[in-house]
Amino acid sequence: MIVVEALSKQFGRFQAVDEISFEVQRGEVLGFLGPNGAGKSTTMKMLTCYLPPTSGNAEVNGFSINSQPLQVQEQIGYLPESAPSYNEMQVEEFLTFIGEVRGFSGTELRRKVGRVLELTSLQDARKQIIDTLSKGFRQRTCLAQSLIHDPPVLILDEPTDGLDPNQKHEVRELIRRMSEERTILISTHILEEVEAVCSRALIISEGRLVGLGTPDELLSQSIYRNAVTLSVSGKSAEALLEDLNGLEQVYSVERLEDMPSGALTVRVFPKDRESISSELEQFLKKKKMVIEQFFVERGRLDEVFRNLTLGN
Amino acid sequence: MKGLFPIFKRELLAYFRSPVAYVFIIIFLAANAGCTFMLGNFYDSNQASLEVSFLFHPWLYLFLIPAVGMRLWAEERRSGTGELLLTLPVRTSVSVFGKFLAGWAFIAVALILTFPMIITVHYLGFPDNGPIITGYLGSFLMAGAYLAITSFTSALTKNQVISFILSVNICLILVLLGWGVLSEILNTIFPVWLTDVISQFSFTTHFDAIRRGVVDLRDIVYFLSIIIFMLMTNVVVLESKKAS
Repeated sequence: MIVVEALSKQFGRFQAVDEISFEVQRGEVLGFLGPNGAGKSTTMKMLTCYLPPTSGNAEVNGFSINSQPLQVQEQIGYLPESAPSYNEMQVEEFLTFIGEVRGFSGTELRRKVGRVLELTSLQDARKQIIDTLSKGFRQRTCLAQSLIHDPPVLILDEPTDGLDPNQKHEVRELIRRMSEERTILISTHILEEVEAVCSRALIISEGRLVGLGTPDELLSQSIYRNAVTLSVSGKSAEALLEDLNGLEQVYSVERLEDMPSGALTVRVFPKDRESISSELEQFLKKKKMVIEQFFVERGRLDEVFRNLTLGN
Repeated sequence: MKGLFPIFKRELLAYFRSPVAYVFIIIFLAANAGCTFMLGNFYDSNQASLEVSFLFHPWLYLFLIPAVGMRLWAEERRSGTGELLLTLPVRTSVSVFGKFLAGWAFIAVALILTFPMIITVHYLGFPDNGPIITGYLGSFLMAGAYLAITSFTSALTKNQVISFILSVNICLILVLLGWGVLSEILNTIFPVWLTDVISQFSFTTHFDAIRRGVVDLRDIVYFLSIIIFMLMTNVVVLESKKAS
Protein backbone atom coordinates (compact mmCIF):
# COMPACT_ATOMS: atom_id res chain seq x y z
CA MET A 1 0.00 0.00 0.00
CA ILE A 2 1.21 3.48 -0.88
CA VAL A 3 0.16 6.60 1.01
CA VAL A 4 1.31 9.92 -0.43
CA GLU A 5 0.91 13.04 1.66
CA ALA A 6 1.41 16.51 0.20
CA LEU A 7 4.46 15.44 -1.75
CA SER A 8 6.29 18.29 -3.49
CA LYS A 9 9.42 18.60 -5.57
CA GLN A 10 11.08 21.76 -6.70
CA PHE A 11 13.98 21.97 -9.16
CA GLY A 12 15.36 25.44 -8.59
CA ARG A 13 12.37 27.66 -9.23
CA PHE A 14 10.50 25.04 -11.19
CA GLN A 15 7.72 23.34 -9.25
CA ALA A 16 7.76 19.84 -10.72
CA VAL A 17 5.35 18.29 -8.24
CA ASP A 18 3.01 20.40 -6.16
CA GLU A 19 1.53 18.93 -2.97
CA ILE A 20 0.21 15.70 -4.41
CA SER A 21 -1.70 13.37 -2.11
CA PHE A 22 -3.23 10.01 -2.94
CA GLU A 23 -3.41 6.41 -1.80
CA VAL A 24 -3.03 3.11 -3.58
CA GLN A 25 -4.42 0.04 -1.83
CA ARG A 26 -3.22 -3.52 -2.11
CA GLY A 27 -4.93 -5.21 -5.04
CA GLU A 28 -5.25 -1.96 -6.91
CA VAL A 29 -3.65 -0.78 -10.14
CA LEU A 30 -3.46 2.98 -10.16
CA GLY A 31 -2.85 4.58 -13.56
CA PHE A 32 -0.81 7.73 -13.49
CA LEU A 33 -1.74 10.02 -16.35
CA GLY A 34 -0.53 13.39 -17.43
CA PRO A 35 1.12 15.24 -20.30
CA ASN A 36 4.89 15.09 -20.71
CA GLY A 37 6.62 17.02 -17.97
CA ALA A 38 3.59 16.95 -15.69
CA GLY A 39 5.58 15.34 -12.88
CA LYS A 40 4.71 11.66 -13.27
CA SER A 41 8.27 10.40 -13.42
CA THR A 42 9.41 12.82 -10.73
CA THR A 43 6.74 11.49 -8.38
CA MET A 44 7.80 7.93 -9.12
CA LYS A 45 11.44 8.81 -8.54
CA MET A 46 10.53 10.21 -5.15
CA LEU A 47 8.55 7.10 -4.24
CA THR A 48 11.52 4.91 -5.12
CA CYS A 49 13.84 7.15 -3.08
CA TYR A 50 15.89 8.19 -6.08
CA LEU A 51 14.97 11.84 -5.58
CA PRO A 52 14.34 13.25 -2.10
CA PRO A 53 11.15 15.32 -1.92
CA THR A 54 11.37 19.04 -1.23
CA SER A 55 8.52 18.64 1.22
CA GLY A 56 5.84 16.14 2.14
CA ASN A 57 6.13 12.43 2.74
CA ALA A 58 5.02 9.11 1.38
CA GLU A 59 4.79 5.71 2.99
CA VAL A 60 5.25 2.44 1.18
CA ASN A 61 3.87 -0.45 3.20
CA GLY A 62 4.37 1.66 6.29
CA PHE A 63 7.97 2.71 5.57
CA SER A 64 8.68 6.39 5.08
CA ILE A 65 10.56 7.49 1.96
CA ASN A 66 12.23 10.21 4.00
CA SER A 67 13.56 8.18 6.89
CA GLN A 68 13.61 4.54 5.74
CA PRO A 69 14.74 4.56 2.10
CA LEU A 70 16.39 1.13 2.19
CA GLN A 71 13.28 -0.55 3.58
CA VAL A 72 11.13 1.26 1.02
CA GLN A 73 13.42 0.06 -1.77
CA GLU A 74 13.13 -3.51 -0.49
CA GLN A 75 9.35 -3.29 -0.93
CA ILE A 76 9.40 -1.87 -4.43
CA GLY A 77 10.06 -3.27 -7.86
CA TYR A 78 10.84 -0.33 -10.11
CA LEU A 79 10.91 0.03 -13.87
CA PRO A 80 12.47 3.43 -14.70
CA GLU A 81 11.20 5.39 -17.66
CA SER A 82 13.89 4.55 -20.20
CA ALA A 83 14.14 0.92 -19.04
CA PRO A 84 17.89 1.11 -18.46
CA SER A 85 20.06 -1.98 -18.16
CA TYR A 86 23.74 -2.80 -18.41
CA ASN A 87 24.13 -3.23 -22.14
CA GLU A 88 27.23 -5.37 -22.07
CA MET A 89 25.55 -8.11 -20.02
CA GLN A 90 23.44 -11.06 -21.05
CA VAL A 91 19.78 -11.00 -20.06
CA GLU A 92 20.06 -13.80 -17.54
CA GLU A 93 23.33 -12.48 -16.18
CA PHE A 94 21.80 -9.04 -15.67
CA LEU A 95 18.83 -10.47 -13.81
CA THR A 96 21.18 -12.56 -11.69
CA PHE A 97 23.15 -9.43 -10.86
CA ILE A 98 20.03 -7.59 -9.70
CA GLY A 99 19.02 -10.65 -7.66
CA GLU A 100 22.45 -10.80 -6.03
CA VAL A 101 22.38 -7.13 -5.12
CA ARG A 102 18.97 -7.74 -3.58
CA GLY A 103 20.56 -10.42 -1.44
CA PHE A 104 19.58 -13.70 -3.09
CA SER A 105 22.00 -16.50 -3.86
CA GLY A 106 22.32 -20.13 -4.86
CA THR A 107 19.32 -22.16 -5.97
CA GLU A 108 16.86 -19.57 -4.68
CA LEU A 109 18.43 -16.98 -6.96
CA ARG A 110 18.40 -19.34 -9.95
CA ARG A 111 14.77 -20.16 -9.31
CA LYS A 112 13.82 -16.48 -9.10
CA VAL A 113 15.67 -15.63 -12.30
CA GLY A 114 13.97 -18.55 -14.05
CA ARG A 115 10.58 -17.42 -12.83
CA VAL A 116 10.89 -13.82 -14.08
CA LEU A 117 12.31 -15.01 -17.41
CA GLU A 118 9.18 -17.08 -17.77
CA LEU A 119 6.82 -14.31 -16.62
CA THR A 120 8.20 -11.91 -19.20
CA SER A 121 8.62 -14.58 -21.92
CA LEU A 122 12.34 -14.01 -22.15
CA GLN A 123 13.51 -17.64 -21.92
CA ASP A 124 14.67 -17.71 -25.53
CA ALA A 125 16.64 -14.50 -25.15
CA ARG A 126 18.33 -15.32 -21.87
CA LYS A 127 21.81 -15.74 -23.33
CA GLN A 128 21.56 -12.66 -25.56
CA ILE A 129 23.67 -9.57 -24.93
CA ILE A 130 21.24 -6.81 -23.96
CA ASP A 131 22.88 -4.38 -26.39
CA THR A 132 21.80 -6.59 -29.30
CA LEU A 133 18.16 -6.77 -28.24
CA SER A 134 15.26 -4.86 -29.75
CA LYS A 135 13.52 -2.12 -27.76
CA GLY A 136 10.67 -4.43 -26.76
CA PHE A 137 13.03 -7.07 -25.38
CA ARG A 138 15.02 -4.49 -23.45
CA GLN A 139 11.83 -3.13 -21.99
CA ARG A 140 10.85 -6.61 -20.85
CA THR A 141 14.33 -7.28 -19.47
CA CYS A 142 14.04 -4.24 -17.27
CA LEU A 143 10.51 -5.23 -16.31
CA ALA A 144 11.80 -8.69 -15.37
CA GLN A 145 14.43 -7.01 -13.19
CA SER A 146 11.69 -5.20 -11.26
CA LEU A 147 9.93 -8.48 -10.48
CA ILE A 148 12.91 -10.53 -9.33
CA HIS A 149 12.23 -10.22 -5.59
CA ASP A 150 8.49 -10.73 -5.96
CA PRO A 151 7.84 -7.24 -4.59
CA PRO A 152 4.60 -6.31 -2.85
CA VAL A 153 4.71 -2.90 -4.54
CA LEU A 154 5.38 -2.29 -8.22
CA ILE A 155 6.14 1.11 -9.70
CA LEU A 156 6.30 0.96 -13.47
CA ASP A 157 7.09 4.05 -15.50
CA GLU A 158 5.54 3.52 -18.93
CA PRO A 159 5.78 -0.26 -18.90
CA THR A 160 4.42 -0.77 -22.43
CA ASP A 161 6.47 1.94 -24.09
CA GLY A 162 8.11 0.65 -27.27
CA LEU A 163 6.28 -2.67 -27.32
CA ASP A 164 4.30 -3.96 -30.29
CA PRO A 165 0.55 -4.55 -29.84
CA ASN A 166 1.01 -8.23 -28.97
CA GLN A 167 3.68 -7.52 -26.39
CA LYS A 168 1.58 -4.69 -24.97
CA HIS A 169 -1.26 -7.12 -24.53
CA GLU A 170 1.06 -9.61 -22.81
CA VAL A 171 2.45 -7.02 -20.41
CA ARG A 172 -1.05 -5.78 -19.55
CA GLU A 173 -2.15 -9.34 -18.90
CA LEU A 174 0.89 -9.78 -16.67
CA ILE A 175 0.10 -6.61 -14.73
CA ARG A 176 -3.51 -7.64 -14.30
CA ARG A 177 -2.54 -11.11 -13.14
CA MET A 178 -0.08 -9.73 -10.61
CA SER A 179 -2.41 -7.04 -9.31
CA GLU A 180 -4.35 -9.34 -7.01
CA GLU A 181 -1.92 -9.41 -4.14
CA ARG A 182 0.12 -6.34 -4.99
CA THR A 183 0.00 -2.57 -5.03
CA ILE A 184 0.75 -1.32 -8.52
CA LEU A 185 1.37 2.17 -9.80
CA ILE A 186 1.87 2.59 -13.55
CA SER A 187 2.32 5.71 -15.60
CA THR A 188 1.24 5.81 -19.18
CA HIS A 189 0.40 8.00 -22.13
CA ILE A 190 -1.85 5.41 -23.62
CA LEU A 191 -5.39 6.10 -22.50
CA GLU A 192 -6.79 2.78 -23.65
CA GLU A 193 -4.32 1.16 -21.26
CA VAL A 194 -6.01 2.88 -18.34
CA GLU A 195 -9.32 1.30 -19.26
CA ALA A 196 -7.62 -2.02 -19.91
CA VAL A 197 -5.67 -2.47 -16.67
CA CYS A 198 -6.27 0.26 -14.12
CA SER A 199 -8.78 0.07 -11.33
CA ARG A 200 -8.34 3.79 -10.74
CA ALA A 201 -6.61 6.61 -12.57
CA LEU A 202 -5.02 9.79 -11.43
CA ILE A 203 -4.44 12.72 -13.76
CA ILE A 204 -1.79 15.30 -13.00
CA SER A 205 -0.95 18.46 -14.85
CA GLU A 206 1.86 20.91 -14.11
CA GLY A 207 2.61 19.02 -10.93
CA ARG A 208 -0.90 19.25 -9.55
CA LEU A 209 -3.51 16.58 -9.17
CA VAL A 210 -6.43 17.44 -11.44
CA GLY A 211 -8.44 14.26 -11.60
CA LEU A 212 -8.79 11.03 -9.64
CA GLY A 213 -11.32 8.24 -9.99
CA THR A 214 -12.18 4.93 -11.56
CA PRO A 215 -11.98 4.94 -15.35
CA ASP A 216 -15.78 5.01 -15.42
CA GLU A 217 -15.94 8.00 -13.10
CA LEU A 218 -13.50 9.85 -15.31
CA LEU A 219 -15.44 8.87 -18.41
CA SER A 220 -18.62 10.27 -16.90
CA GLN A 221 -17.04 13.74 -17.11
CA SER A 222 -16.85 13.45 -20.86
CA ILE A 223 -19.30 15.38 -23.04
CA TYR A 224 -19.57 12.16 -25.05
CA ARG A 225 -20.91 10.31 -22.03
CA ASN A 226 -24.06 8.45 -23.16
CA ALA A 227 -24.05 10.25 -26.50
CA VAL A 228 -25.75 8.13 -29.15
CA THR A 229 -24.49 7.86 -32.69
CA LEU A 230 -27.20 6.57 -34.99
CA SER A 231 -27.73 6.07 -38.68
CA VAL A 232 -31.25 5.87 -40.04
CA SER A 233 -32.88 5.79 -43.43
CA GLY A 234 -36.43 6.45 -44.44
CA LYS A 235 -37.07 10.12 -43.92
CA SER A 236 -35.60 13.43 -45.00
CA ALA A 237 -32.68 14.57 -42.93
CA GLU A 238 -33.78 18.03 -41.86
CA ALA A 239 -37.06 16.80 -40.46
CA LEU A 240 -35.31 14.18 -38.33
CA LEU A 241 -32.80 16.68 -36.95
CA GLU A 242 -35.67 18.94 -35.98
CA ASP A 243 -37.64 16.10 -34.38
CA LEU A 244 -34.64 14.94 -32.35
CA ASN A 245 -33.88 18.46 -31.18
CA GLY A 246 -37.46 18.69 -30.03
CA LEU A 247 -37.06 15.78 -27.60
CA GLU A 248 -36.99 16.80 -23.97
CA GLN A 249 -33.92 14.81 -22.92
CA VAL A 250 -31.78 15.88 -25.88
CA TYR A 251 -29.19 18.56 -25.37
CA SER A 252 -27.97 18.87 -28.95
CA VAL A 253 -27.73 16.97 -32.19
CA GLU A 254 -24.69 16.91 -34.42
CA ARG A 255 -24.88 15.78 -38.03
CA LEU A 256 -22.08 13.48 -39.06
CA GLU A 257 -21.05 12.20 -42.47
CA ASP A 258 -23.71 10.01 -44.12
CA MET A 259 -23.21 6.27 -44.30
CA PRO A 260 -22.08 4.86 -47.69
CA SER A 261 -25.64 3.55 -48.09
CA GLY A 262 -26.90 7.13 -47.88
CA ALA A 263 -28.30 6.72 -44.39
CA LEU A 264 -28.34 9.85 -42.32
CA THR A 265 -25.89 9.73 -39.42
CA VAL A 266 -26.21 11.94 -36.36
CA ARG A 267 -24.77 12.07 -32.87
CA VAL A 268 -27.25 12.91 -30.15
CA PHE A 269 -25.93 14.45 -26.94
CA PRO A 270 -28.21 13.92 -23.93
CA LYS A 271 -28.95 16.51 -21.27
CA ASP A 272 -26.80 16.06 -18.13
CA ARG A 273 -25.06 13.08 -19.74
CA GLU A 274 -27.99 10.85 -18.73
CA SER A 275 -28.72 7.73 -20.67
CA ILE A 276 -31.27 8.31 -23.44
CA SER A 277 -30.88 5.14 -25.48
CA SER A 278 -34.27 3.62 -24.62
CA GLU A 279 -36.13 6.88 -25.25
CA LEU A 280 -34.39 7.30 -28.58
CA GLU A 281 -35.14 3.77 -29.60
CA GLN A 282 -38.84 4.15 -28.84
CA PHE A 283 -38.94 7.45 -30.67
CA LEU A 284 -37.34 5.99 -33.78
CA LYS A 285 -39.70 3.01 -33.73
CA LYS A 286 -42.68 5.31 -33.45
CA LYS A 287 -41.44 7.25 -36.46
CA LYS A 288 -41.02 3.94 -38.31
CA MET A 289 -37.38 4.56 -39.09
CA VAL A 290 -34.97 1.87 -40.22
CA ILE A 291 -32.03 1.86 -37.81
CA GLU A 292 -28.77 0.95 -39.52
CA GLN A 293 -26.48 1.82 -36.66
CA PHE A 294 -27.05 2.59 -33.03
CA PHE A 295 -24.09 3.17 -30.79
CA VAL A 296 -23.97 4.47 -27.22
CA GLU A 297 -20.67 5.98 -26.07
CA ARG A 298 -19.27 5.52 -22.58
CA GLY A 299 -17.34 8.74 -22.85
CA ARG A 300 -13.93 9.57 -24.19
CA LEU A 301 -10.95 9.55 -21.91
CA ASP A 302 -8.80 11.59 -24.30
CA GLU A 303 -11.33 14.39 -24.21
CA VAL A 304 -11.53 14.31 -20.38
CA PHE A 305 -7.73 14.22 -20.30
CA ARG A 306 -7.50 17.29 -22.56
CA ASN A 307 -10.07 19.21 -20.56
CA LEU A 308 -8.38 18.49 -17.26
CA THR A 309 -4.83 19.09 -18.37
CA LEU A 310 -5.24 22.07 -20.66
CA GLY A 311 -7.16 24.07 -18.08
CA ASN A 312 -10.45 25.70 -18.79
CA MET B 1 27.88 -4.17 3.05
CA LYS B 2 25.11 -6.02 1.24
CA GLY B 3 25.49 -5.70 -2.51
CA LEU B 4 29.20 -4.84 -2.45
CA PHE B 5 30.48 -8.01 -4.06
CA PRO B 6 27.95 -8.22 -6.92
CA ILE B 7 28.52 -4.54 -7.74
CA PHE B 8 32.29 -5.08 -7.68
CA LYS B 9 32.04 -8.17 -9.84
CA ARG B 10 29.77 -6.57 -12.43
CA GLU B 11 31.98 -3.51 -12.75
CA LEU B 12 35.17 -5.54 -13.07
CA LEU B 13 33.63 -7.76 -15.76
CA ALA B 14 32.42 -4.64 -17.56
CA TYR B 15 36.05 -3.50 -17.81
CA PHE B 16 37.16 -6.66 -19.48
CA ARG B 17 34.22 -6.58 -21.87
CA SER B 18 35.15 -3.26 -23.35
CA PRO B 19 38.05 -2.81 -25.74
CA VAL B 20 39.20 0.13 -23.62
CA ALA B 21 40.53 -2.36 -21.06
CA TYR B 22 42.88 -4.02 -23.49
CA VAL B 23 43.96 -0.73 -25.01
CA PHE B 24 44.70 0.53 -21.52
CA ILE B 25 46.71 -2.52 -20.50
CA ILE B 26 48.75 -2.53 -23.70
CA ILE B 27 49.49 1.19 -23.51
CA PHE B 28 50.36 0.96 -19.84
CA LEU B 29 52.77 -1.95 -20.35
CA ALA B 30 54.36 -0.36 -23.41
CA ALA B 31 54.70 3.05 -21.77
CA ASN B 32 56.07 1.49 -18.59
CA ALA B 33 58.74 -0.38 -20.49
CA GLY B 34 59.39 2.54 -22.82
CA CYS B 35 59.89 5.00 -19.98
CA THR B 36 62.14 2.63 -18.07
CA PHE B 37 64.45 1.68 -20.91
CA MET B 38 64.46 4.84 -22.99
CA LEU B 39 63.71 7.84 -20.80
CA GLY B 40 65.10 6.29 -17.63
CA ASN B 41 68.32 4.96 -19.17
CA PHE B 42 67.83 1.72 -17.32
CA TYR B 43 71.04 0.10 -18.61
CA ASP B 44 73.25 3.12 -17.91
CA SER B 45 72.28 3.09 -14.26
CA ASN B 46 73.95 -0.31 -14.00
CA GLN B 47 71.62 -1.28 -11.21
CA ALA B 48 69.41 -4.33 -10.98
CA SER B 49 66.46 -2.46 -9.53
CA LEU B 50 63.07 -1.15 -10.62
CA GLU B 51 63.54 2.26 -9.05
CA VAL B 52 63.70 4.00 -12.43
CA SER B 53 60.60 2.17 -13.54
CA PHE B 54 58.57 3.37 -10.60
CA LEU B 55 59.91 6.89 -11.09
CA PHE B 56 57.60 7.31 -14.07
CA HIS B 57 54.45 5.87 -12.54
CA PRO B 58 53.07 9.21 -11.24
CA TRP B 59 53.31 10.56 -14.79
CA LEU B 60 51.88 7.48 -16.46
CA TYR B 61 49.01 7.38 -14.03
CA LEU B 62 48.26 11.02 -14.68
CA PHE B 63 46.63 10.13 -18.00
CA LEU B 64 45.93 6.44 -17.75
CA ILE B 65 44.01 6.29 -14.49
CA PRO B 66 41.56 9.06 -15.39
CA ALA B 67 40.95 7.01 -18.55
CA VAL B 68 40.15 3.96 -16.43
CA GLY B 69 37.93 5.78 -13.96
CA MET B 70 36.13 8.35 -16.08
CA ARG B 71 33.31 5.99 -16.95
CA LEU B 72 32.60 4.82 -13.39
CA TRP B 73 29.68 7.19 -12.72
CA ALA B 74 29.46 9.30 -15.86
CA GLU B 75 28.41 6.26 -17.84
CA GLU B 76 25.82 5.24 -15.26
CA ARG B 77 24.29 8.68 -15.47
CA ARG B 78 24.36 8.85 -19.25
CA SER B 79 22.75 5.47 -19.78
CA GLY B 80 20.26 5.79 -16.93
CA THR B 81 21.50 2.68 -15.12
CA GLY B 82 22.46 4.92 -12.20
CA GLU B 83 18.77 5.31 -11.47
CA LEU B 84 18.43 1.56 -11.44
CA LEU B 85 21.47 1.03 -9.22
CA LEU B 86 20.58 3.78 -6.76
CA THR B 87 16.99 2.57 -6.35
CA LEU B 88 18.15 -0.89 -5.33
CA PRO B 89 18.18 -1.34 -1.56
CA VAL B 90 21.90 -0.65 -1.26
CA ARG B 91 23.62 2.30 0.39
CA THR B 92 25.18 4.80 -1.99
CA SER B 93 28.48 4.39 -0.16
CA VAL B 94 28.47 0.66 -0.90
CA SER B 95 27.88 1.29 -4.60
CA VAL B 96 30.66 3.88 -4.70
CA PHE B 97 33.08 1.59 -2.88
CA GLY B 98 32.21 -1.46 -4.96
CA LYS B 99 32.75 0.36 -8.22
CA PHE B 100 35.96 1.92 -6.96
CA LEU B 101 37.32 -1.46 -5.87
CA ALA B 102 36.58 -2.86 -9.32
CA GLY B 103 38.59 -0.11 -10.99
CA TRP B 104 41.38 -0.61 -8.50
CA ALA B 105 41.43 -4.35 -9.09
CA PHE B 106 41.63 -3.71 -12.81
CA ILE B 107 44.67 -1.50 -12.28
CA ALA B 108 46.14 -4.21 -10.05
CA VAL B 109 45.86 -6.62 -12.98
CA ALA B 110 47.71 -4.16 -15.20
CA LEU B 111 50.41 -3.77 -12.53
CA ILE B 112 50.77 -7.53 -12.14
CA LEU B 113 51.26 -7.80 -15.88
CA THR B 114 54.46 -5.77 -15.56
CA PHE B 115 56.06 -8.92 -14.06
CA PRO B 116 58.44 -9.34 -17.01
CA MET B 117 60.29 -6.34 -15.59
CA ILE B 118 60.89 -8.26 -12.37
CA ILE B 119 62.13 -11.23 -14.35
CA THR B 120 64.39 -8.94 -16.34
CA VAL B 121 66.12 -7.46 -13.31
CA HIS B 122 66.53 -10.91 -11.80
CA TYR B 123 68.05 -12.12 -15.04
CA LEU B 124 70.44 -9.18 -15.18
CA GLY B 125 71.59 -9.22 -11.59
CA PHE B 126 70.69 -9.79 -7.99
CA PRO B 127 68.17 -7.11 -7.09
CA ASP B 128 67.06 -6.28 -3.60
CA ASN B 129 63.47 -7.48 -3.55
CA GLY B 130 62.44 -5.20 -0.69
CA PRO B 131 62.24 -1.97 -2.73
CA ILE B 132 60.56 -3.89 -5.55
CA ILE B 133 57.78 -5.06 -3.24
CA THR B 134 57.37 -1.67 -1.58
CA GLY B 135 57.51 0.00 -5.00
CA TYR B 136 54.61 -2.09 -6.19
CA LEU B 137 52.72 -1.48 -2.96
CA GLY B 138 53.27 2.27 -3.18
CA SER B 139 52.39 2.36 -6.84
CA PHE B 140 49.17 0.46 -6.16
CA LEU B 141 48.23 2.79 -3.31
CA MET B 142 48.99 5.83 -5.40
CA ALA B 143 46.91 4.43 -8.24
CA GLY B 144 44.04 4.11 -5.77
CA ALA B 145 44.33 7.79 -4.90
CA TYR B 146 44.27 8.77 -8.60
CA LEU B 147 41.29 6.50 -9.14
CA ALA B 148 39.35 7.88 -6.16
CA ILE B 149 39.81 11.39 -7.55
CA THR B 150 38.61 10.23 -10.96
CA SER B 151 35.64 8.43 -9.45
CA PHE B 152 34.68 11.70 -7.80
CA THR B 153 35.00 13.78 -10.99
CA SER B 154 33.09 11.08 -12.83
CA ALA B 155 30.14 11.59 -10.48
CA LEU B 156 30.11 15.29 -11.31
CA THR B 157 29.10 14.88 -14.94
CA LYS B 158 27.50 12.55 -17.43
CA ASN B 159 30.23 13.39 -19.91
CA GLN B 160 33.26 11.12 -19.67
CA VAL B 161 35.55 13.61 -21.42
CA ILE B 162 34.80 16.34 -18.88
CA SER B 163 35.39 13.84 -16.11
CA PHE B 164 38.74 12.88 -17.68
CA ILE B 165 39.94 16.47 -18.06
CA LEU B 166 38.92 17.44 -14.54
CA SER B 167 40.68 14.52 -12.93
CA VAL B 168 43.84 14.95 -15.02
CA ASN B 169 44.02 18.53 -13.80
CA ILE B 170 43.44 17.73 -10.14
CA CYS B 171 45.99 14.91 -10.27
CA LEU B 172 48.47 17.10 -12.13
CA ILE B 173 48.33 19.65 -9.33
CA LEU B 174 48.88 16.91 -6.76
CA VAL B 175 51.86 15.59 -8.71
CA LEU B 176 53.41 18.99 -9.35
CA LEU B 177 53.19 20.16 -5.73
CA GLY B 178 56.00 17.82 -4.85
CA TRP B 179 58.00 18.24 -8.02
CA GLY B 180 61.56 19.44 -7.25
CA VAL B 181 61.52 22.21 -9.88
CA LEU B 182 58.32 23.71 -8.53
CA SER B 183 59.55 23.45 -4.93
CA GLU B 184 62.62 25.50 -5.82
CA ILE B 185 60.47 28.20 -7.39
CA LEU B 186 58.18 28.21 -4.37
CA ASN B 187 61.20 28.43 -2.07
CA THR B 188 62.08 31.79 -3.59
CA ILE B 189 58.60 33.11 -2.73
CA PHE B 190 57.61 31.35 0.47
CA PRO B 191 59.56 30.32 3.57
CA VAL B 192 60.96 26.80 3.39
CA TRP B 193 58.57 25.38 6.00
CA LEU B 194 55.59 26.48 3.92
CA THR B 195 56.98 24.89 0.78
CA ASP B 196 57.50 21.71 2.78
CA VAL B 197 53.94 21.78 3.96
CA ILE B 198 52.72 22.29 0.40
CA SER B 199 54.82 19.43 -0.90
CA GLN B 200 53.39 17.19 1.81
CA PHE B 201 50.13 17.28 -0.13
CA SER B 202 51.77 15.81 -3.20
CA PHE B 203 51.67 12.28 -4.55
CA THR B 204 55.29 12.54 -5.59
CA THR B 205 56.60 13.32 -2.13
CA HIS B 206 54.93 10.33 -0.53
CA PHE B 207 55.55 7.96 -3.38
CA ASP B 208 59.27 8.75 -3.62
CA ALA B 209 59.93 7.41 -0.14
CA ILE B 210 58.07 4.16 -0.71
CA ARG B 211 59.68 3.78 -4.14
CA ARG B 212 63.11 3.83 -2.49
CA GLY B 213 62.10 1.05 -0.14
CA VAL B 214 61.27 3.17 2.90
CA VAL B 215 57.83 2.26 4.12
CA ASP B 216 56.62 4.99 6.42
CA LEU B 217 53.19 4.63 7.93
CA ARG B 218 52.56 8.31 7.19
CA ASP B 219 52.88 7.75 3.45
CA ILE B 220 50.43 4.87 3.53
CA VAL B 221 48.03 6.88 5.66
CA TYR B 222 48.35 9.77 3.17
CA PHE B 223 47.22 7.67 0.22
CA LEU B 224 44.50 5.89 2.16
CA SER B 225 43.13 9.15 3.49
CA ILE B 226 43.01 10.65 -0.02
CA ILE B 227 41.09 7.57 -1.17
CA ILE B 228 38.65 7.71 1.73
CA PHE B 229 38.15 11.46 1.48
CA MET B 230 37.55 11.42 -2.27
CA LEU B 231 35.14 8.48 -2.04
CA MET B 232 33.18 10.21 0.69
CA THR B 233 33.02 13.34 -1.47
CA ASN B 234 31.88 11.06 -4.28
CA VAL B 235 28.96 9.84 -2.16
CA VAL B 236 28.04 13.40 -1.21
CA VAL B 237 28.10 14.48 -4.87
CA LEU B 238 25.84 11.59 -5.90
CA GLU B 239 23.36 12.32 -3.15
CA SER B 240 23.27 16.05 -3.81
CA LYS B 241 22.97 15.52 -7.57
CA LYS B 242 19.83 13.61 -6.80
CA ALA B 243 18.52 16.40 -4.61
CA SER B 244 18.90 19.20 -7.14
